[in-house]
Amino acid sequence: MASSQPGIVVYCAHLAIENSVINRAMRDAVIDLANVDFRDLYELYPDFFIDTTSEQAVLRNADLIVFQHPIYWYAAPAMLKHFQDTVLLQGFAYGPGGTALQGKDFLLAVSTGAPAEEYGPGGIHHYPFEELIRPVEQTARFCGMRFMPPLVLHGGHSLPDEVVTAHAKRYRQLLENYQRPAD
Amino acid sequence: MDNHSLLFNAFVYLLAAVLAVPVSKRMGFGSVLGYLLAGVVIGPWGLALIREAEDILHFAEFGVVLLLFAIGLELNPRRLWAMRKPIFGLGVAQVTITAVLLTAIGIAFGLEGSVAVVAAMGLSLSSTAMALQLLTERNLLPTPAGHSGFSILLFQDIAVIPMLAVIPLLGVSAANETGSQFDWLALLQAVGVIVLIIVGGRFALRPVLRLVAATELREVFTAFSLLLVIATALLMQAVGMSMALGAFLAGVLLAESEYRHALESDIEPFKGLLLGLFFIAVGMSIDFGILLRDPLLIAGLALGLVMIKGIILYALGRFYGLPASQLPMFALVLSQGGEFAFVLFGVAQTFAVFPASITDTLIVTVALSMLTTPLLMVLNDRFVAPRLDHTPAPPMDEMEDHGHPVIIAGFGRFGQIVGRLLHANGIDATVLEHDPDHIETLRRFRFKVFYGDACRLDLLRAAGADSARILVIAIDGREGISRLAELVRENFPHLQVISRAWDLAHVFELLEHGVCAQERETFEGALRLGEEALKQLGFTAWRAKQAAHRFRAHDEETLDELYQHYHDDFELRIRISADARERLREIMQSDEDHLSSRADKGWQQASRAVAEKTDK
Repeated sequence: MASSQPGIVVYCAHLAIENSVINRAMRDAVIDLANVDFRDLYELYPDFFIDTTSEQAVLRNADLIVFQHPIYWYAAPAMLKHFQDTVLLQGFAYGPGGTALQGKDFLLAVSTGAPAEEYGPGGIHHYPFEELIRPVEQTARFCGMRFMPPLVLHGGHSLPDEVVTAHAKRYRQLLENYQRPAD
Repeated sequence: MDNHSLLFNAFVYLLAAVLAVPVSKRMGFGSVLGYLLAGVVIGPWGLALIREAEDILHFAEFGVVLLLFAIGLELNPRRLWAMRKPIFGLGVAQVTITAVLLTAIGIAFGLEGSVAVVAAMGLSLSSTAMALQLLTERNLLPTPAGHSGFSILLFQDIAVIPMLAVIPLLGVSAANETGSQFDWLALLQAVGVIVLIIVGGRFALRPVLRLVAATELREVFTAFSLLLVIATALLMQAVGMSMALGAFLAGVLLAESEYRHALESDIEPFKGLLLGLFFIAVGMSIDFGILLRDPLLIAGLALGLVMIKGIILYALGRFYGLPASQLPMFALVLSQGGEFAFVLFGVAQTFAVFPASITDTLIVTVALSMLTTPLLMVLNDRFVAPRLDHTPAPPMDEMEDHGHPVIIAGFGRFGQIVGRLLHANGIDATVLEHDPDHIETLRRFRFKVFYGDACRLDLLRAAGADSARILVIAIDGREGISRLAELVRENFPHLQVISRAWDLAHVFELLEHGVCAQERETFEGALRLGEEALKQLGFTAWRAKQAAHRFRAHDEETLDELYQHYHDDFELRIRISADARERLREIMQSDEDHLSSRADKGWQQASRAVAEKTDK
């Protein structure tokens, strides 16, 4: 039965999910899906002591790996970076024998504070958003994963409720409709 | 009374109570009727085992005093103030209407004016002891009717004072003019004593209680509790006021103190026994001689009294908007004559307002009317109440106590840290602590503090264990912790228990008692120190921290694993709980296998290499 549905793991990192609008709505939209393992990293490892062995096992069993977080300083919250540093190790994710993630799908589901038009020449963030997330994209590729088109919600706190709700719904549909990649 | 007869009397009372009360309760008549009948049986008209009924009655009245003190403890001044309307509205109405009507009836039956007035005053009062006992037994005090009933009783306690003052004026033997100046003095004394009680209770009692509590001797505290009530009662009596009223005042003044529950539970057994004795004495003092001489008259008087009082109460309850379902109960519970009537009629006889024959007749009437109340209440419970609309009445707000979500049992070195963390994060906690030194400070910081042993069920209940969400067990000593965890699981299964634990064996014991989180009390501190030692040896702070984390994770894993086998592996259980040395060896072997041999990967390896270089 489990094999009929693709396995999805969502790694979520947010410093205060209880006060978040977007990421909480997104979490609530997908957390009940049977094939989704929603892993709130700050809740699981509040003292930054990540259980490498069990997280590697989780990654191995997943078909789709999602990183869900707000963008802090053009990157993921420190916890998610720490997760990469301590779990995506040589011999597991890359290097000799490091094939555990090969052929899996990777989705970046992020939110930003500034509206879309600020990303690009003349905007306060200067670079187009796709350029700023190149390190993640390359991390996924380096591990042999397919980097799916990211799901981005710009505009942070000033968004009306309907937009947030619609976005969360889209997120859910995306995970619901996800098909395991054909080998 | 020599020693032997004292013990013999005690033997008779206790035996009578132990035999009669359970039977009466089993038959659904409640304890009061059991005591009354026991009194009849052992009294001069029954087996005649005891003769000095009147002395006993006088002595046992102290039970009523303790009862009022205990009730005062439940009512802080704010709640009492909120009750001023029912006390002076309903209370005044009940006493005046009843007294006026009874006077009129008395005169109509040819009684002399002054006799009728005094008799009516005495009969208008109800039995505080009886009514409160019946209300408490049925848990009706917090209902509107219970509340109103209590207000009336309280007013009656106050009303006794002017009544007692009036009697000498009506007497023939007292020269009517001697009074005026003397009365002023008495009034002054009375006011002085009340002021003394209020000021003393407010400012002096708490520090004194603290000193007494600091002795940590329970019996000294109990002795002081009793001393306090007796002293107050004597003081009030000395200026001619109701002892019960004084005790009530003292109770109210202590209602907000942290010692309230300790006082309450210390007084409780004395109160119960003396009240029982009081009812026994009432039973004994029913003079069946008079009853048999004129059974119709006495029965008529008693029933008439109960009917008239009941009807007036019913009407008043209706007028004051009590729920219809509670009206019959309200009318019945206060329908009898009371202990104050005994006092009043005694005084009236002394001042020759009454001839002895009238005193005797009235006292039998009152005693008999008291006998009817528990019976009528049972009839009401069985036949009347079930027919009435039983929408549960909302409990009175003033009687309710909204507790904090967290209770911390024990506020020593351990509990303080938990409490401070919660406090710093705006969480209000209720603290149970038996060391009076901390209590003052805690109260200043919005903690609700209860003084006493956390393992006492009544204290837990008082601290709001019924409504709290979390109980933190932070008391010292493994037996006490286990006992408390067990007690809580049995009595407050909804409470999530977070507990301090002694060692591994104790952890398992606590898990068996259903605690949801535990922490070995020395574990985190020792681990931090171990981490510190690693740092001093040249480990980087991060690596030392990781080592500590890894150690904790492994330890928890071991614990989980052991606990899984704990149930079915008897031998393991013995090993865990019996041989600490063997356990240590096993655990250290496992540490070595899992922690040292774990190959660090990537950067961890690099950092180890660095650390080893610096080690040397």
